[in-house]
Amino acid sequence: MVPAVVFLTFILMLSIFLGFELINKVPATLHTPLMSGANAISGITVVGAVSLAGTGHGDAAQWFGFFAVVLASINVVGGYLVTDRMLAMFKKKEG
Amino acid sequence: MDIVIQFAYVVSAALFILGLKQLGSPATARRGNMISSFGMLLAIVAALLDQGIVDYQWIVIGIIIGGGIGATVARMVEMTSMPEMVALFNGFGGMASLLVGMAAIAPDAATFTLITIVLSILIGGVTFTGSLVAYGKLSERISSAPVLFAKQQVVNGLIVAGIVVSGLLFATNPDTGFWLLLVVVLSLAFGVMVVIPIGGADMPVVISLLNSYSGLAACAAGFAVDNNILIVAGSLVGASGIILTQIMCKAMNRSLSNVLFSGFGSGVVETTEVEGEIKPISVEDAYYVLEAASSVAVVPGYGMAVAQAQHVVKELMELLEENGCEVNFGIHPVAGRMPGHMNVLLAEADVPYDQLLEMDDINPRMETVDVAIVIGANDVVNPAARENEGSPIYGMPVINVDQARTVFVLKRSMASGFAGIENPLFYKENTRMLFGDAKESIGGLIREFN
Repeated sequence: MVPAVVFLTFILMLSIFLGFELINKVPATLHTPLMSGANAISGITVVGAVSLAGTGHGDAAQWFGFFAVVLASINVVGGYLVTDRMLAMFKKKEG
Repeated sequence: MDIVIQFAYVVSAALFILGLKQLGSPATARRGNMISSFGMLLAIVAALLDQGIVDYQWIVIGIIIGGGIGATVARMVEMTSMPEMVALFNGFGGMASLLVGMAAIAPDAATFTLITIVLSILIGGVTFTGSLVAYGKLSERISSAPVLFAKQQVVNGLIVAGIVVSGLLFATNPDTGFWLLLVVVLSLAFGVMVVIPIGGADMPVVISLLNSYSGLAACAAGFAVDNNILIVAGSLVGASGIILTQIMCKAMNRSLSNVLFSGFGSGVVETTEVEGEIKPISVEDAYYVLEAASSVAVVPGYGMAVAQAQHVVKELMELLEENGCEVNFGIHPVAGRMPGHMNVLLAEADVPYDQLLEMDDINPRMETVDVAIVIGANDVVNPAARENEGSPIYGMPVINVDQARTVFVLKRSMASGFAGIENPLFYKENTRMLFGDAKESIGGLIREFN
């Protein structure tokens, strides 16, 4: 049985290459929305945080989880909304 | 149930990838962001199905508080404050990863898990305090000048050594809280140390790099809590941040280590004398030149953001176009304080994005341009980067406004750019200086047209 760590590292390696390929050809005009959109994705930590905040143990770990949920939610919600607000402004020349 | 959750993560990873792909073109970018946010929603819902969760109270409270703050801030923020906003969000993401790392510590954790916990604390902590310092510099709450002191590299080296040693000691004796605390404190300190020596004009590099770190922190947290989706999403963000960082460095013809460690612009002494004289121009005379022009290129810089001049610029553009003049914008990759800063401001003012040309597209046509208008940009249009081997910015690609028939430089005063580098552009035969606040000067031009 191959240890899980190997699979996780495999996923890591492939995603990094995929990330490079995806972003490589983004025009300069979209750099800011791309950055804030990517930023929102980095709030994915919230997914790890919820299970830590919901253990019901009432210990330090649960409180760390709770604050992580708060901060990551700011990151996710704020990031997506601000990106959308920016992208709504990008217009092509009419006609 | 667990298998359902895992497959939901697979779907949400696909949505992130699709979303990022569509973010790469202006026509589909908004949809891409939407797709990516669905991916996030799906991942969060799936995570909530986890059977380890017995108490939803604090999760719901946390999401409501965080989401509420995020939504409010996202709606209120001014477009000109976007760089510091992105920095702040980044920092929160980093701190969240640090906290997840801390919460993932279990008495029976394997050494590998403990190492990934140390990594998520380290990267998360550096992202958090680094982003806060960047936020302070960008919002001018603290001086944006580089902070350098003697033996800075030695201090940094000691901090890194301290993190490595205390991290290893923690991984081998996880019961001793002291080493963990030391890792946290040193990581937070290191975040401050890496950003203070970097000056305001290098902020586009720092912001992209911190963006990358926030992804890598999520990735490390993913290893710590054994969660695939954190690893996938985190590394996508990490990779995209690194690419942006590279683009920014290339646009300044500098290596990343040069940006990070040199404190560029703090002690540079200009050795070359610039010949020629400054020729100021009045608003009225500038109007006559513009009125006769058939092709105009506008080159904005950070000064346009400071003066909030993007709306008047757009107004001037419309008047010029009504007058039969072709107007384009030349955007340098590092103009402003974050990648694409100028594009967002001009988009806010309703300038169509197909009129915003990248440096490589505008330079070949510069010779056919009647008037190049430089608004609050300095180093990115400095011909010394091309001509003067002694200049600190020699080799940096610049927008060659000096090749236009006439150049108007809108500038507050004769103070030089961030690095104290003299700009020979101001002394060229075809350059006219329009002194004063950019917004007022352009307002004056608009009044002349009406």
